[in-house]
Amino acid sequence: MPKMVEIRWHARGGQGAVIASRYLAASAIRQNLYFQAFPQFGTERMGAPIVAYTRISDAPINLRCAIEEPDVVVVLDPTLLKSVNVTANLKEGGSIIANYPGTPEELAKELNIDGKFKVYTLDAYKISTEEIGRPIPNTPMVGALARVLGIISLDNVLAEFEEQFSHRFKPEIVEKNLKAVRRAYEEVQGV
Amino acid sequence: MRKTIGLTGDGAAAEAMRQIDPDVVAAYPITPQTEIVERFAEFVAEGSVHTELVTVESEHSAMSACCGSSAAGARTITCTSSQGLALMHEMLYIAAGNRLPIVLINVNRTLSAPINIHNDQSDSLGSRDAGWIQLYCEGAQEVYDTVIQAVRIAEDRSVMLPVMVCLDGFVVSHNVEPINVLDDQEVKDFVGEFRPVINLLDTENPISMGNLTLPEYFFEHKYAQAYALEQSKPVIAKVDKEFGEKFGRSYGIIEAYRMDDAEIAIVTLGSMVGTARVVADDLRQQGIKAGVLKIRCYRPFPIDEVAEALKGVKAAAVMEKALSPGAPGPAVFSDVLGALYHKGVHVNLISYVAGLGGRDVPAKSIRRVYEHLQKIAASGKVDRILNYLDLRGWQ
Repeated sequence: MPKMVEIRWHARGGQGAVIASRYLAASAIRQNLYFQAFPQFGTERMGAPIVAYTRISDAPINLRCAIEEPDVVVVLDPTLLKSVNVTANLKEGGSIIANYPGTPEELAKELNIDGKFKVYTLDAYKISTEEIGRPIPNTPMVGALARVLGIISLDNVLAEFEEQFSHRFKPEIVEKNLKAVRRAYEEVQGV
Repeated sequence: MRKTIGLTGDGAAAEAMRQIDPDVVAAYPITPQTEIVERFAEFVAEGSVHTELVTVESEHSAMSACCGSSAAGARTITCTSSQGLALMHEMLYIAAGNRLPIVLINVNRTLSAPINIHNDQSDSLGSRDAGWIQLYCEGAQEVYDTVIQAVRIAEDRSVMLPVMVCLDGFVVSHNVEPINVLDDQEVKDFVGEFRPVINLLDTENPISMGNLTLPEYFFEHKYAQAYALEQSKPVIAKVDKEFGEKFGRSYGIIEAYRMDDAEIAIVTLGSMVGTARVVADDLRQQGIKAGVLKIRCYRPFPIDEVAEALKGVKAAAVMEKALSPGAPGPAVFSDVLGALYHKGVHVNLISYVAGLGGRDVPAKSIRRVYEHLQKIAASGKVDRILNYLDLRGWQ
C-alpha cells in the first residue's frame, strides 16, 4: 500500500459517517496499520452537512490537522453531490465513491469531472433499505470503500463491525448490517 | 493483557482513569471533555471501578469536592475544559496551596467571549501561575500514558502537588487512534497504593488545614510551594523514565526532535508538535536543518533543558494557541525567552500565535513559519517578533 491514504467523508448529521469512519479505521488494527478518524469539528446537527476524516498508514501518523488534499472522497448523501463541492482539493487522479443510484459514468457527467478522478457509485439506500429495512447509508458505504481502497480485507471490516455492533444491537440487526456491507463490497460500480 | 484498541483522546483518558480506579472523581461535563465523564460514569454504573463519582453542579464545586476528598486522603481525579477550568480558578490555588495531589485532565478549549467550543490553549495557559504541574500531550497514547504517570508524580512525597494533564480539544480528544492499553494489573502496580501525607480523617494524628496565615508566615508558605514545584522536575523525569523502562514508552520533560544540528526550530506544545515533526522531516529531506522542540512539561518550566536544546540554533519560533493581550509576548514565548536569558543563550526568537478558537493549523502553515525562520537565519535580523498564523487582515 502507499505510505498513507487520506479519506474525506461527506454526509448529513445523523447518517452515521463519524461512526463509519471510526469503524473502518478501527478495522485497520486487525492488519497492524495505523489510523486516525475524526470529524470536522462543528456543532453537529441532524441533517446538516458534515465532514469527517480518516487517515490510514503503515507507519505512526504524526499529522494533527485536517486533511488538506484527500486521496479519496466518500459521499453518503446523494443530495450533497449538488450542494457541496465534494471534489474540492481531491488529489488529481483521486477517487470519489458516492451513494448514487446511477452509474459512475452518469455521476462523472453530472459532476463534470469526467477523466479527472476515478468515480465509483453504489446505491447504498437501496441496499440498506432491502437489507436493514431503513435507508442508512453508512454501513454499505464502508463496504464499497473497503473494496475500492483494497487495503483492509473484507473479512477484517466485517469482523470489526460485528464486534462493534454486537455491543449495541441484537444479533439479527448485526447480521443485517454485515449483509449490507458484503453486498456493497460486491455491488460497488466502477471497480 | 496488553492490547491495542481504537480510542479517542477522551476515551484514552477515561480508560486510564478506569485502570487507576481512583477513590473519588468529582466532575462536571463540558465540551470537549464530556466523553471522559460519560465513559467514566459508565464504568461506575457497571461496577468496573470502586470510585465515588460526585456529580456536582458546577466546576467550582467539582474542584472544591476534589480538594475535600484529597485532603481526606482519597486519590482524586477530575477533568474539565475551558469555562470549567476558569470557574475552578479560585479552587486551583486552594489545591496547590494545600499541596493536594489531585490529577486534573484538561481538554484544551478556548475561553469566551465570543463563545466557541473549539480548541486552543487559552484555558490552561491562563492557569499557569496557579501552582500546578502542567503536562501537555501530543496524541491520545501520550494522554493515556501521562494520566497514569500524573498520579505517581502528584503523590510523590517530595512533590505533593496537583497535576494538570492537557490535551488539545477535538484535535486529540475526538480523534480515534490505535492506543496500546496496558494490563489492568500493570497500571495498578505502577500507580501503587495512595499513602497520603495529609489525612484529615486520621483521628490519631489530628491536623488542621486551610488555616488563616497572616503576613508573618504567608510569604514563606508560598515560597515553599513554589520551591516544591521547581523541585518536581526530577520526579516528573524519573516517573516517565520508569514508565518507559516498564512499558516501552517515555516522553521526557522536553523532546528535542532533530535538534542536534538544527539551524531553525519550532518550539511548541500539544498537538502542533506532531504536525511540526512532519514538516521538519520534509524540510530535512530538502537539506534544510529544521528541528522541533516539544515542551511537554510546561510547569515547572524546563529552563535548563530548553536553553540547552536551543543553543546554536540561528532562529526559532515559539508556536502556541493562546494570546496574552497587552503583554510583551504570549505566555510560552515569554517563558522560552526568559529561559534563554537565564542561561545567557542568544537565539533570534519570534512568536507565532496560531489556531485560536479551533482554527486548523495545517502542515502548509507550519511550513511558512519555517520559511520565515530561514529568512531570519540568513539575514541575522528579526523583522517582527510577534506574529499571527493564518490570521485574516493581519500583515
